[in-house]
Amino acid sequence: MEPFKMIRYMDEQGNKQDIEGAEAITEDLAKAMFEKMTLVRTFDRKAISLQRQGRLGTYAPFEGQEAAQVGSASALKGEDWLFPTYRDHAATITFGHSLPRVFLYWNGRVEGCVAPEGKHIFPPAVPIATQLPHATGAALAEKWKGTDNAAIVYFGDGATSEGDFHEGMNFASVFKAPVVFFNQNNQYAISVHISRQMNSETIAQKSVAYGIPGVRVDGNDIFAVHFETKKALERARRGEGPTLIEAVTWRYGAHTTADDPTKYRDQEASVQKRPQIDPLLRLERFMKNEGYWDQDWAEEVRKKCTETIESAVAEMESFPEPNVEDIFDYVFEKPTWTIQQQKEEYLQLLRGNQG
Amino acid sequence: MSTTMTNVQKLSLVQAVTDGLRTMMKERKEVIVMGEDVGKNGGVFRATEGLMEEFGEDRVIDTPLSEAGIVGTGIGLALNGFLPVVEMQFLGFIYPAFEQIMTHATRIRMRTLGKYSVPMVIRAPYGAGIRAPEIHSDSVEALFTHMPGIKVVCPSNPYDAKGLLIASIEDPDPVLFMESMRCYRSTKAEVPTGKYTVEIGKANVLTEGEDVTIFAWGAMVVIAEKAAAEFKKKNISCEVVDLRTLYPLDKETISASIQKTGRAVIIHEAHATGGVGSDLIGLINDTSFLYLKAPIERVTGYDVPVPFSALEDHYVPTVQRLVKAIDKVIHF
Repeated sequence: MEPFKMIRYMDEQGNKQDIEGAEAITEDLAKAMFEKMTLVRTFDRKAISLQRQGRLGTYAPFEGQEAAQVGSASALKGEDWLFPTYRDHAATITFGHSLPRVFLYWNGRVEGCVAPEGKHIFPPAVPIATQLPHATGAALAEKWKGTDNAAIVYFGDGATSEGDFHEGMNFASVFKAPVVFFNQNNQYAISVHISRQMNSETIAQKSVAYGIPGVRVDGNDIFAVHFETKKALERARRGEGPTLIEAVTWRYGAHTTADDPTKYRDQEASVQKRPQIDPLLRLERFMKNEGYWDQDWAEEVRKKCTETIESAVAEMESFPEPNVEDIFDYVFEKPTWTIQQQKEEYLQLLRGNQG
Repeated sequence: MSTTMTNVQKLSLVQAVTDGLRTMMKERKEVIVMGEDVGKNGGVFRATEGLMEEFGEDRVIDTPLSEAGIVGTGIGLALNGFLPVVEMQFLGFIYPAFEQIMTHATRIRMRTLGKYSVPMVIRAPYGAGIRAPEIHSDSVEALFTHMPGIKVVCPSNPYDAKGLLIASIEDPDPVLFMESMRCYRSTKAEVPTGKYTVEIGKANVLTEGEDVTIFAWGAMVVIAEKAAAEFKKKNISCEVVDLRTLYPLDKETISASIQKTGRAVIIHEAHATGGVGSDLIGLINDTSFLYLKAPIERVTGYDVPVPFSALEDHYVPTVQRLVKAIDKVIHF
């Protein structure tokens, strides 16, 4: 058997696989996953549309990666930590981030970085792979405090080329940090295909160098992602250290709304493979195969998701105007005299302009 | 007298650092020391000697050789309740961790509107003059004073080293704590045994004077005092101001001194262009321009990479260069 064989709980036609763990899939779980994936897809499409209308800034879409993000983040529990990149809103929303705040982030508002009270969801990491050591540190802190909380950290295939990927993984393996390194291999780092990113066959195999388990899952199979992440988190909670998960997936759209994917890949081919790989279509086929599907229920879910997203947009757009003092007030706990002086001068200028 | 004797001990600067770490590790269980060779080896300069024996391997942690990993993991620990004091073996080795400091440590508080912060201290031995190999002698404080969100501290003597280190560990924001390798063992001084702090952001008037102010920090303070002693023989009195903190600068002490003496010479071993000296001149211009009797002079390292040890003495400012600059402002 290949050591890093792609794990599937259902095949592309939505047939349940004969694999240990697949028996845990229930109708309730399938329905809950369908609802969450529908919600985040609605979010993603709305965000692109708002960007096109000039109501949001540049946005990083994730359509195609819903199973990878929803499946993994739904395996977390309350006090865990989540370190996302700028493409992981589906994960943060699943773990309880506020929808209006996630929209706000893309509207250039720092409030969008702030997750609800009690939720350890970090602001999206903008540099590549730098969040891996943070997750390791936050996870180590939990271990040293004696809790059974864990951390999950998201990163793309391009991140595996960065030094911080190796430094974060190495630290975590040396100190047995309760952290799950969750890679979404969507096969492109902006325009660069993974074949230019690395010469190794899989990302999962990079775990071998660190002496930790490596898991390769079909990132479009929500059950495989969910249960394999859960196993890795349980392992972390038991004190057995980190796991590297590679979820093989695909982003249908551009890297960001400022990018044109037709310049580096055949978008027609992407559209054509959609029926095979799309995580929502696959779950729908699975539910039909298992007798869980109800067309009216699905329509109702879609309608509810649209309403939820519309109301989040309305909330985002009615959010109070940004407070200019915020740019000065959070650099240090107490502003240094330089910042205080600059703030006073600028506020005076603003008041002068108004008067 | 006897009370005083039991409350102080004679320590070198590096021993004062160890004592500061020990004091805070006893007081706060969240304080942990992390870095390459800080544990069993007690640090390549012995700054952490004995701490692993005293506090255990869980609090004095030998890490992989990985600067970004040390700082990045330290950030994660700091935002989740710990007070990590991480060691960069040399300031010149901080470059792999530069991204972590610039893109994360300095801005987590701002990016989360205060929900998370990084109360971490990054200790870094720095500076030329000890015949260290290539890259080990860099003095790049200005890279960090330029970046909002981190304080930069640089003690020149054992008393300040312990007091400033304790203040840095207690500071709720990240602090780069620069330790002059040249000052590590050059002198011993009386250091209180218990806990005390030296406030971050306060300069120290080491020697009072009337005719010219010399601004210095770290190893250059010694040069400044030697030059001041030379001028004393000629009845010219130099005020020596040890800045101690490079960000934020102490506006009050700096401007008060200039307004008294009317002349200034700045000495730093870092490169001239974009150095902290430039900021000092800006600050003096803002607060005290009309008090100046002469243009401000700077004596600095040159705008060249710190040379290999065979030539490093040509790079580091000397008493001779400083004397020349003081003469220039006195006789302007």
